[in-house]
Amino acid sequence: MSEEIIKDVIVRENEDYIINMGPQHPSTHGVLRFEVCLKGETVKYLIPHIGYIHRGIEKMCEADTYQQIIHLTDRMDYLSAHINNEAVCMVVEEAMQVEVPERVKYIRTILDELNRLASHQLWWCAFGMDLGALTAFFYGLRDREHILDIFEESFGSRLLHSFNTPGGLMHDVHPNFQKRTKEFITYFRKKLPEYDQLLTGNIIFQERVKGVGYMSREKAIAYGVTGPSARGSNLACDIRKIAPYGAYDKVQFNEILMTEGDTFARYQVRMGEMWESMKIIEQLIDNIPEGDFTAKMKPIIKLPAGEYFKRVETARGELAVYVVSDGNKTPYRMKFRSPNFSNLFVMNELAAGGKIADLVAISGSLDLVIPDIDR
Amino acid sequence: MLNKQELSEIILKMVPEATFPEGTQLTEVIVPAENILALAEGLKNNKETAFDYLISLTAVDFTTNMTVVYHLDSTQFRHLIVLKVVLNDRENPLVDSVSSVWATAEFHEREVFDLFGIRFNNHPNLKRLFLEDDYGFPLRKDFRDEINIIER
Repeated sequence: MSEEIIKDVIVRENEDYIINMGPQHPSTHGVLRFEVCLKGETVKYLIPHIGYIHRGIEKMCEADTYQQIIHLTDRMDYLSAHINNEAVCMVVEEAMQVEVPERVKYIRTILDELNRLASHQLWWCAFGMDLGALTAFFYGLRDREHILDIFEESFGSRLLHSFNTPGGLMHDVHPNFQKRTKEFITYFRKKLPEYDQLLTGNIIFQERVKGVGYMSREKAIAYGVTGPSARGSNLACDIRKIAPYGAYDKVQFNEILMTEGDTFARYQVRMGEMWESMKIIEQLIDNIPEGDFTAKMKPIIKLPAGEYFKRVETARGELAVYVVSDGNKTPYRMKFRSPNFSNLFVMNELAAGGKIADLVAISGSLDLVIPDIDR
Repeated sequence: MLNKQELSEIILKMVPEATFPEGTQLTEVIVPAENILALAEGLKNNKETAFDYLISLTAVDFTTNMTVVYHLDSTQFRHLIVLKVVLNDRENPLVDSVSSVWATAEFHEREVFDLFGIRFNNHPNLKRLFLEDDYGFPLRKDFRDEINIIER
């Protein structure tokens, strides 16, 4: 193998002023570095540098059984841990042709939406903080705590759940689960309008986000942008609608779409999704069927030789799992198409030509989680 | 939304050498490396297929060959297809870049280059994404890291 290394091809001009944003910048929420080229205060171009927390999850998967892989997926997009787990579980269940009990589907869907709510709450409070509204941070974390308490009671962990397992759940949910979830929805329905009062209608906030970081629908498709970021550009890309999984085919909910394509549109999509998530939970929480919490699975899972592909909608977009199996108890190759990886690289298109002060608003509106990019 | 039969007819018109493996989860097409760019452009621009969204671009090391795998979706029709290019030259794998067709491919290809060492012709900026320049290609099956040994 010729070890020829291709050097940086971008020719930098002398008058360009390069500034590094990160890898320890507070608004990147992780170790991500933007190499920003400035002309005055205007951004000429921006190059994302990633890999600071590349852990080689795809390589590690090749040495692990499917039950062990679940724990690795938690560590990709840690704010959508439950949804990541579900993706791997479903790809295994589909390959083994296991029918999971209805109870599992309902509980998984409720937990997905609770997870999405918690993720959007954290995004909202961090987004406010990035733009200088510190109060938002306390509002968001106050309400998120209620969801994390529900998680803690049912499966002992708050952030990295690993509650799903191929075939079903690790154990049944806590007897209080239904009661507490309903209490939370009642509580949060009162609190969510406060978010709008504090930030959405705030003129200082609106000045920072309206008309900033415009992304056209074509650009979103070309860069493979998914999730709320793409739905702000009027791209219907919700996997829950396109290919329903779990109990999503049994519930009524709207896919929030905005046409403006700017930072404020992406903000409004996420705010709308919080209402929709609550709607989904309310439709399911009283109808959880009785039954087993897991299907019968063999202790050693060997997928039949072949290739399997499954997509789910995480809080940030489309997560696709691609497994190549050779019939062994470990996968031959495991690929995670993470939403943040594709969403990140549209940054240059959004930020170029704008002011450097808008950079924080744009990267905040894409809601990047860095461990998901690096994997 | 086209089914497998209709898709294969359209593809065979573009690339007569294409083969369609049986018994796969999604519709799969194996094409020679020299046809991939033309097929990608064709599938994206054809009004019936309109594969405008590249979900993922990755590779698999089958030890006898390297296979580049493209998962495509259409935002209009929502049908899926998997394109595969088999590269028999494992020592110096080379395939045309599709970054001119889908912008996101540029970064997926950089990832594949970083982890597999597969080179892409006409790529605008083919350099490593996660790892250092002198690191090996970790997702190859013959890769061995003496410090952090991962054995199956």
